[in-house]
Amino acid sequence: MPFDLSDRVQTVPPSGIRRFFEIAEERDDVISLGVGEPDFATPWAARDAAIASLEAGKTSYTANRGKRELRERIADYVADGFGLDYDPADEIIVTAGASEAVDLAFRALVDPGDTVAIAQPSYISYEPGVIFAGGEVLSVPTSKADEFTLTVEALEAAGADEADLLVLCYPNNPTGAVMSKAELEPVAEFAREHDLTVLSDEIYAELTYNGSHTSIATLEGMRERTIVFNGFSKAHAMTGLRLGYALGPAKAINAMNKIHQYTMLSAPTTAQHAAIEALDSCDEEVREMVAQYDRRRQFVLSRFREIGLDVFEAKGAFYCFPEVPDGWTAEEFAEGVLREEGVAVVPGDVFGAGGEGHLRVSYATGLNDLREALDRIETFVEEHV
Amino acid sequence: MSEREVLELLRENARYSTADIARMTDLEEDEVAAAIDNLEAAGVVRGYQAVIDWDELEEERVRAEVELNVRLDRETGYDDIAERLARFPEVTALRLVSGDYDFDMEVEGDSIREVSQFISEKVAPVPEITQTVTHYVMTSYKENGIEFGDGEEDDRLSYTP
Repeated sequence: MPFDLSDRVQTVPPSGIRRFFEIAEERDDVISLGVGEPDFATPWAARDAAIASLEAGKTSYTANRGKRELRERIADYVADGFGLDYDPADEIIVTAGASEAVDLAFRALVDPGDTVAIAQPSYISYEPGVIFAGGEVLSVPTSKADEFTLTVEALEAAGADEADLLVLCYPNNPTGAVMSKAELEPVAEFAREHDLTVLSDEIYAELTYNGSHTSIATLEGMRERTIVFNGFSKAHAMTGLRLGYALGPAKAINAMNKIHQYTMLSAPTTAQHAAIEALDSCDEEVREMVAQYDRRRQFVLSRFREIGLDVFEAKGAFYCFPEVPDGWTAEEFAEGVLREEGVAVVPGDVFGAGGEGHLRVSYATGLNDLREALDRIETFVEEHV
Repeated sequence: MSEREVLELLRENARYSTADIARMTDLEEDEVAAAIDNLEAAGVVRGYQAVIDWDELEEERVRAEVELNVRLDRETGYDDIAERLARFPEVTALRLVSGDYDFDMEVEGDSIREVSQFISEKVAPVPEITQTVTHYVMTSYKENGIEFGDGEEDDRLSYTP
């Protein structure tokens, strides 16, 4: 029979937000707090550099790992920003978004039957990525009691000591949780003790408020067992340009590059030109965007407290993760507030274990829309709760 | 420090309510109100105005940038001349600048005739003013940091992971 779909593809259920997308399409006054990307446009200098590169006809492939110049800039950038030390020659690979880098890591490291522990709730692509690579997923639920940080207790309870890989994403999508150095230490110890390879998705690293981001790879004995993922989508508002990167020991990066060179060849060239400029001259714009997100974050958290929905102090990314009122499921609440008030939020269970009973609320939206959306949510709560 | 934060927010949008500014910062509403009072009392915040795109209005509004050269003498300094010019309601902005001319003056009126008359009858005759060069504004693309284009439409999908 034609198109006898692979088991791997059939195993993965369709996206949980598809249905909501269709409801949202029926209304023309929807304010979306369901968006996982910045509302800012890419800083103009970076766009201008992309345009200039096109005008100059720079549209050929680049080196598989990305332009050398860009890898050198990335090495300096992560050294200055996060104290990460990687050699541009063979410890950095530039990819079509951090998503590609995560997929490469799964395919480079996962054998059929290998177990990949994933701290959840988290970005929705890890689980399918593991399944596509032939691995087994082990959910490690985090909880509001721990402000959605990953604890050794949670790892032990889930049986992660038996896993081969551990995936974590802090600052976290969807909760907005961050993990301090002190909170990462025991996780690092657990990884060393049980010989876990760590995949640390740090795409929101720059969007850390009230303090600076700590990468787990900077902790003792972790560099040699960690791959760090970052990119230009979030902090530099470049989602559509599709550009990310992975940092890790040469053994891992070379293996990822082997897949990348056959399947992707090289990351988008125009985007690489934009990225070089973004690192060269857009720090001020990034700082300004971070300042804006921080104000919105505080605004949204304040409003949820006023409305009476329980919300923990999210300190990173551009999400907060309020609880739905008693007697509601996240899905019921999200559908209700969309149908009646035209506000789009994502039910937390879409993001895996630990997300049920919560809503992912993105504040990557201008303050006027945020104000209106929160007023509408308040109306909905007043009418129904 | 909190005043600085309030100032930044007012500069972004002077119509933010004190309640909204409090929500966006670590401040209480009464602290925000006090910070604004202090900024006004200290003369840091001198006023609040709308940023208007006159091209979107039916009525004509004529604006001009005027370069002024002046000659100083023992009794008359830049401040004296500026004070005299700034009193005219037609003058919306007046700055001493470096370069080929001394003052950069912005003037507004209801017609070219009105603005021209103002310059020839009220400004040029000031004894210290030696030269005026008037540039009428044809189109404004950006004012006070706000772009006047159609903006960049938000074409993001309503739900993305």
